[in-house]
Amino acid sequence: MIPRHLIITVALMLAVVLGMSVYVWRMRGRVAPSEPATDARPVAPPVSGPTEQVTLYVAYDDPGVLRAQSARIPLPAGRQERAQELLRALLGLYLDKSSPHPLGGGAEILEVYLVDPGLAVIDTNATFADSHRSGILVEELTVASLVETLSANIPGITRVKILVNGKERDTLAGHADLADFYDVSAMGQMVSQLQ
Amino acid sequence: MRWSSNPRSGGVLRPSSVAALLLLSALFLSSAADEKRIAIYSAAANYSLPVSERDGRDYVGVLEVLEPLGTVGAKTEASRWKLRYNSVESEFTAGQTRARIAGVDLDLPSKFLLENGRGLVPLSSLTTLLPRFLGGPVVFHETSRRLFIGNVAVHFTAQVSKTNPPTLVMDFTSPVNPMIATEPGKLRMVFSHEPLVPPGSQTLTFDSKTIPSATYQESNGAAEITVAGSVPLLASFGNDGRTITIAPAPRGAAPVPAQPAGLQAGNSVPSLQLQPGISAPAASLNGPVPYFAVVDASHGGDERGAALSDQLAEKDVTLAFAHRLKQELESRGLTTLLLRDGDTTLSLDQRAILVNKAHVAIYICVHATSLGNGVRVYTVLLPASEESRGPFLDWETAQSGFRAASEMAGTSLAAELQKNQIPVRSLVAPLRPLNNITAAAVAIEVAPPAAGGIPELNSPEYQQLVVSSVAAGVVAVRDQLGAGR
Repeated sequence: MIPRHLIITVALMLAVVLGMSVYVWRMRGRVAPSEPATDARPVAPPVSGPTEQVTLYVAYDDPGVLRAQSARIPLPAGRQERAQELLRALLGLYLDKSSPHPLGGGAEILEVYLVDPGLAVIDTNATFADSHRSGILVEELTVASLVETLSANIPGITRVKILVNGKERDTLAGHADLADFYDVSAMGQMVSQLQ
Repeated sequence: MRWSSNPRSGGVLRPSSVAALLLLSALFLSSAADEKRIAIYSAAANYSLPVSERDGRDYVGVLEVLEPLGTVGAKTEASRWKLRYNSVESEFTAGQTRARIAGVDLDLPSKFLLENGRGLVPLSSLTTLLPRFLGGPVVFHETSRRLFIGNVAVHFTAQVSKTNPPTLVMDFTSPVNPMIATEPGKLRMVFSHEPLVPPGSQTLTFDSKTIPSATYQESNGAAEITVAGSVPLLASFGNDGRTITIAPAPRGAAPVPAQPAGLQAGNSVPSLQLQPGISAPAASLNGPVPYFAVVDASHGGDERGAALSDQLAEKDVTLAFAHRLKQELESRGLTTLLLRDGDTTLSLDQRAILVNKAHVAIYICVHATSLGNGVRVYTVLLPASEESRGPFLDWETAQSGFRAASEMAGTSLAAELQKNQIPVRSLVAPLRPLNNITAAAVAIEVAPPAAGGIPELNSPEYQQLVVSSVAAGVVAVRDQLGAGR
């Protein structure tokens, strides 16, 4: 004859197993299947608020020119944040499939710093420079596009410096000089020749 | 802020030592001046090539010898090297002396060498090889390494007039443009680009105490006439370069320095003018000034430049263009230094230092691209920078005193390119090392022709068309550029 205490212990253990099984079954149903990653690029926080009309200086490789284009984009209130959003909007055009001046996928504007008096520092990620096509004209179009778009929409910028991943670099992709500061007024001559 | 005599910004020494670079540049220039060369004169072009020494023998690249004379192509198949010149086929074998040209075997005096796809033949074999390719005789002055193809020789006569003071009048059968140097007791004329041949006697004596004699000699691809004088002498040109008149220097004019004087290209009187605010080193006034132009093949070595196609790197195309441009400029009497003569890495600062050390009249940087077509001519867009102080030029804006000369040269280049139906665009750009150059400085970016794709960048016809236009553009402003030195 089976002792009574043994029957009680087995019954309790069966009850625990049954309870655990029900709990696990319920927990499994609560976990949603995860989506596979489609874009590894970090996404900038969306800018809310009303849109503003700005002038973007867009490079066109085919005739090798720079064209002023009006666009409406949402801009934050802060001057530095506005500068960043402006250049991110410009880069968005270049990263589009139908870009007139394609940049390498993953190219980004990390930060734009405005330093008084009149200095703007554009910090790009390494992909921006590493994946850029090499050539005098193609590189100058990128630089002129960034500098002119910034100075045309953010008043008071007189000099621009371009960094790559926070560091100084000699050239963008072997040609355009990144070691020096760009004088916005002198840049006007280059821009007018490119238009 | 950077200064021409200081390292780059931020207190970081970049390049590591300016002194080391100056030493490097001095070694580079002196080695360029001393290297063995062969001069080749023909109706198509006058040019010179470097001579390589292997196992105690002088060798030269046979493709380079033939390239300016016609259409050439070479192919390497294991140890065999096939060369085609116009319609003449030839075959050489690495390490062998037997070669076959136009179906006929011949023996070279020493073995054929194949180095990195480049075929080298003994210098002494040129008199046998070239007639087979060219279909006509050649004359080779082997000790002085001067090769004459066809009837191109320039002869001269020399006569001292009985006037007071006496003058030596030298008449040449074609225009000449020698480098002239004055030293105490003599005046030297070096003919690097002219197929000058010796008179009946190597030493000419004149019945004059003021100008008693002149001697002719040849060495290292150049001819030299030395005129002896008991007083300081000056040379002047006339008859469109066909006559050189040598006369005693007027008293008080053009004093003869104790040390060897500077060489002058085609001009007997030094006409150095300093740009405002620029302190010229003493070497530019008294040291040798051997080059008129520097041609810089951009990129090189580890730095490939743009990938023009799967097989074509920008650094290779720029080197080919630069070689042709050098030959074209030299054929027009402009002494030219090729800054990068092989697949070597040179930083932008190194290039600028070498150019500034050479004290040339013009710097031409060659780039190539697959974007667009034609040629784009660039002058510098100077960066925002500090001003020069005292005798020191701000390194970033060293070009500022030469912008007018650069723009003049750029305009002239663009005009000549347009004349030859090449689409051309003149632009400014923040482009290193143009901003660091203390001479007229331009960059050309060569794109494929309007009709034809990227492979056309490598075609000899297109390259020749572009470099001829560029050289013509430089020649058109040579006097203005020379005066600015």
